[in-house]
Formats: sequence, C-alpha cells, structure tokens
Amino acid sequence: MSAADAAILDWSIPEIARVVRSGEVSAEEIARHSLDRIEQRNGRLGAFLTVQGEQTIDAARDLDERRARGERLGPLAGVPIGIKDALCLEGSPATAGSKILTRAAQPGERDLDAYRGWRPPYDATVVARLRAAGALFPGKCNMDEFAMGSSTENSAFGPARNPWDPTRTPGGSSGGSAVAVASGMTPGSLGSDTGGSIRQPAAFTGTVGIKPTYGRVSRYGLVAFASSLDQVGPFAADVRGAARILGVIAGRDPHDATSLDAPVGAYEEACGRDVAGLRVGIPEEYFAAGTDPLVEASVRAAIRGLEGQGCTVRPVSLPHTHAAVATYYILATAECSSNLARFDGVRFGLRVDPKKDLNALYEATRGAGFGREVKRRIMLGTYVLSSGYYDAYYLRAQRVRTLIRRDFDEAFRDVDLIATPVSPVVAFRLGEKIDDPLAMYLADIDTLPASLAGLPALSVPCAPVLVPGAAAPLPVGLQLIGPALEEARLCAVAHAWEQISPARSLRPRFDA
Amino acid sequence: MKPEDAAPITIEEVRRIAGLAHLALSPDETERMARELGSILAYVRQLEGIDVTGVPPTAHVQIDRLPLRPDEVHVGLHHELALAEAPRTSQDGFAVPAFVDEG
Repeated sequence: MSAADAAILDWSIPEIARVVRSGEVSAEEIARHSLDRIEQRNGRLGAFLTVQGEQTIDAARDLDERRARGERLGPLAGVPIGIKDALCLEGSPATAGSKILTRAAQPGERDLDAYRGWRPPYDATVVARLRAAGALFPGKCNMDEFAMGSSTENSAFGPARNPWDPTRTPGGSSGGSAVAVASGMTPGSLGSDTGGSIRQPAAFTGTVGIKPTYGRVSRYGLVAFASSLDQVGPFAADVRGAARILGVIAGRDPHDATSLDAPVGAYEEACGRDVAGLRVGIPEEYFAAGTDPLVEASVRAAIRGLEGQGCTVRPVSLPHTHAAVATYYILATAECSSNLARFDGVRFGLRVDPKKDLNALYEATRGAGFGREVKRRIMLGTYVLSSGYYDAYYLRAQRVRTLIRRDFDEAFRDVDLIATPVSPVVAFRLGEKIDDPLAMYLADIDTLPASLAGLPALSVPCAPVLVPGAAAPLPVGLQLIGPALEEARLCAVAHAWEQISPARSLRPRFDA
Repeated sequence: MKPEDAAPITIEEVRRIAGLAHLALSPDETERMARELGSILAYVRQLEGIDVTGVPPTAHVQIDRLPLRPDEVHVGLHHELALAEAPRTSQDGFAVPAFVDEG
C-alpha cells in the first residue's frame, strides 16, 4: 500500500474509488484521512453534528479485507460520504438539526448534544445503496432544523460556516453537507432539496449539487419536510463525482410509493459528451431587480461559455416566476404542519411532561423542542389549511403551482435546458437575515420554481466574485434546469462548462 | 400591498392556531408570531392577483406514472425496535399520561 497523503480527499470521486478497487490505496487510509480532516477543520466550520470514527474504520477494514479476498468492490469503494442529518443511518444519531429528536439531558450531561439524537433502526434507501457501493460514512451533517432555512443558522446545534469566509453562511438547509465537500472533509455528501436546499448551499460553497427529478431518488428514511417537494441528491467537488453518486442512489424503491420506475440515466457517461447544438433557454425573469450585479455578470459569462461550446442560447419566458415564493411558502408550510405532527413526545426524542394530560404533554414538548423557524412554519401551514382559509390560500397556491409547471412545459418546447443563477446573492453574513424571515424566503426565488415543477436542476460553480469586505472571492452558482428525468443532459452541459470554468479546481485555503 | 395594510392576524387567532398545532407559545412568542405571520400573509396574498379560473390544482407532480405494488404482506418494524427510542414505555407499549374526558 502506498501512503497516500490527505490530498487524496481532494481527488475526484471516481479516481478515489479506482485506486481503492485496484488496491493502490487502502480504504482504511482514506477513512483515517477523512476523520483527521474532520478533526482539524470541523471545529471552526460546524459541518458535522456527529462523527462515527470507529464504525467508519471498521467498515473501511471490511472493504479492504473483501478486496484482499478477491472481491470486486463497488463504484464508491472507500469514498467517504457525509450524510445530512435528516437521513437515517443505522446506528448513528439522527437529529434533523432539532432538539425535539434529541433526548433531554440527564444530570451531568451537556445541555445540547447531537449524540443523544434519535437512533434510527434502519438505513434510508439512499444510505443502503451507498453502503452497498462501498461508501464510508464518517458522520452526519449539520442542517437547518427539519431542513427549514437557507443558511443552516436554524440548526439547534449552532450554524455551519462557509469555508471561503467563516463569517458567512454556507447556505442551507444542507449547509453542513456542502461544507463537508467544500472543505475536503469528505469528497461527497448527500443533502435534501425541498426548495433549493442542495443547489443554494452548493452555489455558496463552490461545489456541485444536484436536485434530481421529483421521484428519481427514494425518500424512504428521509425525515419528511414537504413530501410533494423533498428530493435527496448529491454534493461533490466536480460534476463527475456528483454524477457517480446520483447513479448509485437513483431508481425505483418499493419503500417509496412516489419513486419512479423509469430507467436510471447514464449520468457519469454523459460527462464529456459533446454539447454542441443543445438549445439553452435564458429566462429574463431570473435576472430581475434584486439580483446582485456581480452574480449576474458571473452567470452571464458562464452562459457565453456554453455558447462557446456550441450551445445555442435563446430567451425563454417563465412568466409566473414572481409567484413562486408565495406559492412555495403556502404549500411547503401546509405539508410541514402535517408531517411534523408526528413529533409529539411519545415515540421518540424529547418529552416534556407537565404532568397534566396528554394534550399538555404534546404542547409542552413541541413548544420546547421546535425552534423559532419551525414553529413559524407549522403555524403558517396550520393557518392556510384551517377552515375558512383553505380555498383562499392552499387551493389557490396549488392552482398557481400548475401555472408554474405549465411555464416550464411551454419553455421546453423550444429549448433543451434552462440556465439561470442559483441565488440572486452570494453567501451572506451569519445573522444578516435571521431576524427577517420574509427576506430569507425571497432569496430562494431562483430555486423554488424547479422544485414546484418537480424538475431536475443542478448548481455548478462559475467565476467567483470579489465582494468588498469578504475574506476571499466568493463562489457563484450557475443553475441548469432540465425537463423531467433529463439529469444526464444537465450533467453533460455542467461538465462541459466545468472544463472551462474559472472556478475549476479552486479550493478554500486552510492554513492548518 | 405593504404588510401594515394587511388585515393583521390577531393574537386570538394566533392562540387558536397554536392550539390546533399543539404548540405551547409564550406570551412573547405569541406576539412576535402575530407580527411575523401578518407580514408573511400580506406577502403571499399577491396570489390573489393571478387568474386561476379553470386551472386544476397540482397536489403532486407526475402522480400518473406511479406503479402499484402487489398487495402482499411484508414484515414491518420489530416491536422491540419500535419501542427502543421511546422516552417512556410501559407494559410493552408507549407510555402516555392518563387521559380521561373531563367534560
């Protein structure tokens, strides 16, 4: 075995898997490097809530032994993958970033400790598939509580920080998963995206993040936020790496009735394919007032780059874009108010018992266990579903959702994919928007429409921008949106851009 | 519409909704919630300006592609495992406070 140094964590995922499968580098070495990096870098960045060192080393040794016996290892052999804490990983705590899934402290225990989180008795389907492919799971990634938020500041366990400038947010809700990859702690990670929770943190941290078509990836074992929108997807440092993970986790799962039976695309094979002749639509609605001119310039430069690769660029119109924020925050909160009814202090996690009656137990547990944003959304969702308001809010929002879908159907008659910014802004400062929930919601405008339409979309880095006062040039994401099940097409175009992107191979600096 | 022009959500309404949602809110939280929900509701009311006549609602995308599974019995979560993470158990079940109709 060669003694590979920690830089192997910065390799592309297919390269890591290749050297583990060939025996050039042991899975155990890679596991140790990943755990060391987490040890060195996580304290400052808050990417991981819990770390499972022993389990990870054991799993890595098992892989190495199997290889030594002549077994052929899977496509993610020895690749450390961070898992968002909303996903079930058997034997590891899952808090979903919430106090309510965390047992109360006993005398002498730390007040808040994610290691007291609920221990799921099974693997999420995506985790089981990664495991079977040889992936290693060093830990669970920080997130906004129940995936509600765009900055990871709503985590009960403290925020994650952006490795490019630790005074800034890495985005959210899958902020921990994005930071794990951006800071090289794990070469890949899983997040979940309900309204942009993979794409926006990928954009803010300069990583690649894919939100698959609704139904492309199983949701079994994902703590539900808004079931008609939630999708699990990968983060990686490059398109090929994200494509490899997607290929492993995608596909029909009998445990999730909404998972699609369609054949899994050749995502990785699409990387390197010629993209000349593809028609790229540019919706001006996504460059509306409120978009940072630096972001706009970077995204438009990337679009010119695609033209240089032979793509045809033409304008398209998505006229209901402006309604996406209102529609989303009615539908997602309605669904969350229903989904989160299960957290009641009886079956798992926290229980606060005022010793009165069952209702008092529910109210006290939920009052103490949920954070501010989650309470706000449960209240909003309960309101829009309550008698007298249902038609005016919920039903109307469902109808507008149809209009948003039709906009895309119409646009995809003329173009093969759509290119936009991922977010109108770059990574903002911690604390900047936390006291203004509406301002936080409005910044989701560019990612929400594809979520409402159930379409695949990804974020790939374009030229970083110099923002006054920032510690380093800050990443910007190019969003590519495709027709349902066209993830491979998105990978092909993102990969073509990645080869000429000024962001290629840029990594945040670490002195330690 | 500016938030202050909207019919604000009243403290009483916030209390009623919190009851429906089984959420204990402190007096401070209740007041803050009324303010924040008021401004969010004022914003989402912009949907009233969109003509949705004859437009069917979308509850779920692509529901027509979903296959049915065979109607067969599968083994579920084992009893002990299901109880393993409960804050309190009693007599092989989840323990809850006694509840009787006090009406």
